[in-house]
Amino acid sequence: MSEQQTSSRRRQWTTFTRNTTALIGLFLAIVVTALAVLAPWISPHDPLKQNVYYRLKGPEPTHPLGVDDFGRDVLSRILWGARTSLIVGLASVGVGMMLGTVMGIVAGFKGGPAEYAIMRGVDVLLSFPTLVMGLMVMAILGSGMLKLILAIGVVMSPRFARVAHGPTLSVREKEYVMAARAVGANDLRILRRHILPNIFGEILVMASLWTATAIRIEANLSFIGLGVPPPTPTWGNMIRDGVKWLTNAPYLSVFPGLAILITVLAFNMLGDGLRDVSDPKLQV
Amino acid sequence: MLSYMLRRILVSIPILLVVLTLVFLLVRIAPGDPAVAALGDYASQEAVERMRERMGLNAPLWLQYVHFLGKLVQGDFGRSLINDVPVSQQIRRVLPYTLELTGAGIFFGLLFGVPLGVVTALRRNTLLDYGGRIFGLAGLSVPAFYLGILLMLLFSVQLDWFPVVGGGELSDLRDNLHHLVLPALSLGLIMTAYITRMTRSAMLQVLNEDYMRTARAKGLRERIVLLRHGLRTALIPIVSVIGVYSIVLIGSSVMTEVVFSRPGLGKLMVGAMKQRDYTTLQSIMVIYASFVVIINLVTDLAYGMLDPRIRYQ
Repeated sequence: MSEQQTSSRRRQWTTFTRNTTALIGLFLAIVVTALAVLAPWISPHDPLKQNVYYRLKGPEPTHPLGVDDFGRDVLSRILWGARTSLIVGLASVGVGMMLGTVMGIVAGFKGGPAEYAIMRGVDVLLSFPTLVMGLMVMAILGSGMLKLILAIGVVMSPRFARVAHGPTLSVREKEYVMAARAVGANDLRILRRHILPNIFGEILVMASLWTATAIRIEANLSFIGLGVPPPTPTWGNMIRDGVKWLTNAPYLSVFPGLAILITVLAFNMLGDGLRDVSDPKLQV
Repeated sequence: MLSYMLRRILVSIPILLVVLTLVFLLVRIAPGDPAVAALGDYASQEAVERMRERMGLNAPLWLQYVHFLGKLVQGDFGRSLINDVPVSQQIRRVLPYTLELTGAGIFFGLLFGVPLGVVTALRRNTLLDYGGRIFGLAGLSVPAFYLGILLMLLFSVQLDWFPVVGGGELSDLRDNLHHLVLPALSLGLIMTAYITRMTRSAMLQVLNEDYMRTARAKGLRERIVLLRHGLRTALIPIVSVIGVYSIVLIGSSVMTEVVFSRPGLGKLMVGAMKQRDYTTLQSIMVIYASFVVIINLVTDLAYGMLDPRIRYQ
């Protein structure tokens, strides 16, 4: 690593550590992830175990966040629900990142009619409400975690294509790419060895920001009943089940909603901070 | 300006066509036979075959596509697979509810978002600015349906100020507005958060420009400098963001309609999805696509009005 690169990294790190919002976001994201990973060990109760004698009991020492209408512990279900939200959020962003990056790089690298077709398609998809698109894809695929990941991933992919396309255009013209071509490197090698490493940082920054969006879409779809089917706890389906008890047991919807809000907020804060580091011009 | 408008309208036609094609294909690749979905699992083979013929599903794909577009041009959306009611009739019944909801949300966002964004930019790094930024991030993070539930809990369940569910009677203005306040507030708060963030950011970039200093040096009053030189320039990125977020808001309105059990396109769409009513589903998607095209068009035109350079490109 050259001295210039090291000092640039150091400057970025300093910018990041001085950004309080980003640090709070990072802290919250780590806490939520740790809670999700440790859910099997730290959950006070089995999230699926029903106990009708405790039905709709409010918060108390043995059940700090109360008990739902089937007598299941709300805290345990929220902790297990974190796993679903994070798995779907991260995996769908991964799928979207792979699909979108390939589309963006191919469009940027190939140019010509391929670029025109791909990028106009991306523009059209980007102009459509993500949630409506997600609903449509889920309606066709049906419910289930893998389908949910695929649906959100497909819906997110045009965003990544747009991010990958711009830098590919500029990297394509760089001297080292021309040099690689001159020594006989084929397209695939140039894409893999020279273009991808150069644009990956930017894509990763946006991935952290869009994880928040993916988690929110998952919650929306689960709330409508198109997400992971019951009895697996998800924050969205917990809120949906809790809404009918809004008058006498509001905690059934309020607490899972808070979990969504905190998690999405954490990734948004983190993503905002990382974006400020990577491109100070874009600061919001 | 007229030629600019015509050019923008022409550009939006291919976009609409691509979306329509996508909707047509998505519905066709959906698993399961739409005729079976319409008639139920216990329908006889003969009845299914008759239904397929009636729905035009036996024709080649390209012919189905031509019929689909031809009927759309004539405003014929077909009949619901579930209750055989013309889809256009159902859409006409619920469309005003969706339009008033999204319209009110956008209006609310503009009314409070732009001034809040300007003030937070001017009072940078003060308590007000921090409050505005936290509000912006929270609005960006909260799902519309959850905000709706919280508002419902506070204003309907606890304070009993507004009805919990429903859309009210369109003919009764008071009843209609009474039902509109909470759903519009839940969308409006989210829109305010988006617009505040972008206005703040756009204003911050403009505030340090040389021409702002020149305007002050000329002895112009601060209000004139900020509004005529600052906000006017900042409005260009703000308008584009309002366009983008209005489209996001249409997505959020689906959830708000579901939470408040309000009649509307979103609620109709979710119902059609659960019952696999593909005719209704594809028609609603067409309406949403038209919304998107109209919003983009209005955004482009507003752009052209704010920045004359764009009109001549």
